[in-house]
Amino acid sequence: MMVFLDLFLTFFKIGAFTFGGGYAMLPLMQEEVLAHKWMELSSVVNFIAVSESTPGPFAINMATYVGSEVGGEFGIAGSIFGSFCATLGVVLPSFVVILIVAKCFERFKNSFVVKGCMTGLKPAVVGLIGSAIISVALTVFLPSGVSMAGLMASIKDVAFYCYLVIFALCTVLAFKKVHPIIIIILAAVLGIVTGYVL
Amino acid sequence: MNKFSKILQLFVVFLKIGAFTFGGGYAMIPIIQKEIVEKKKWITDDDILEIIAIAESTPGPIAINSATFVGYRVAGFFGAFFSTLGVVLPSFVIILLISFVLREFQSIKAVQYAFNGIRAGVLALLIKALVGMYKKAPKNVVSYIVIAASFIITAFFDINVLFVIIGCAVFGLITSLIAKRRAEK
Repeated sequence: MMVFLDLFLTFFKIGAFTFGGGYAMLPLMQEEVLAHKWMELSSVVNFIAVSESTPGPFAINMATYVGSEVGGEFGIAGSIFGSFCATLGVVLPSFVVILIVAKCFERFKNSFVVKGCMTGLKPAVVGLIGSAIISVALTVFLPSGVSMAGLMASIKDVAFYCYLVIFALCTVLAFKKVHPIIIIILAAVLGIVTGYVL
Repeated sequence: MNKFSKILQLFVVFLKIGAFTFGGGYAMIPIIQKEIVEKKKWITDDDILEIIAIAESTPGPIAINSATFVGYRVAGFFGAFFSTLGVVLPSFVIILLISFVLREFQSIKAVQYAFNGIRAGVLALLIKALVGMYKKAPKNVVSYIVIAASFIITAFFDINVLFVIIGCAVFGLITSLIAKRRAEK
């Protein structure tokens, strides 16, 4: 039963300490989920795609999914309760903070401390997403491990070049403002082709 | 209009927003504008700008922050509660169902292959997000130092991300204080 409290508290922490929304949450989310051994990194990355293809904010989707996975060992009721605890946790800090801010809005808006912290937090989000990209890139291109041997094994593998092409193609499409769902479907089809041909 | 019906309408509007916005966050803002500003006239366009500013400078997902804030503005605490519930509910139900399906399908070979490709696609989407975030960040020395430091520390050192976030906020505050002192002299 402790696991449900842990889900709530962990996602409360994630909700309370991520600014900027969306992928800015990724590094903290990744760190917590991996440290608890709730999911593997590759599953987290898979789920980013699922979240992009379903409605709703990434943070909520992720909390619900992790909650369901972790609670799943107690059956369907465990899944539902796990999702509930994690989602409640990630939503609660926002909800409470906004209620407080809405009450003393003028003071918050002109607060020197808030503005000062934001001058550090806005660029921090860029660095955090950058580091998330590094770890995602490693799962894509060095699946056999981050080491010289892993690198050598990867570059001898034809699959490595296939994923490189898929990545390059998707990046071009993303910057041409193609919808993320189209990009994900294309990447999935190319992934299946690569898997069966090799 | 009485408060009860306003709260009910808030719930329905945010349920719709939660169910039909993909990608979350900023994708919701135009829909809030259309539904709450243009149709219901509960808040103004200026309020929307304030909401975005507030949502960006408070923790948590933008979608939740905006729903709570709009709900509170329109109908107080219960407005905030039901707006937030409305925006969360569709995600919650859909993802819960998907988690059951994914569990069954994950062992299928074709699904695993598909996800191998998808992960390369996700990497592309993240790079797009990174560029978007970079464009929005301030362009000055403090900003570049924070970007470099937060990136290097999180990517290459085994330090809790929480400390990095708190550290960047404190660093921003201190440099702002110094800049203010200098301006005052």
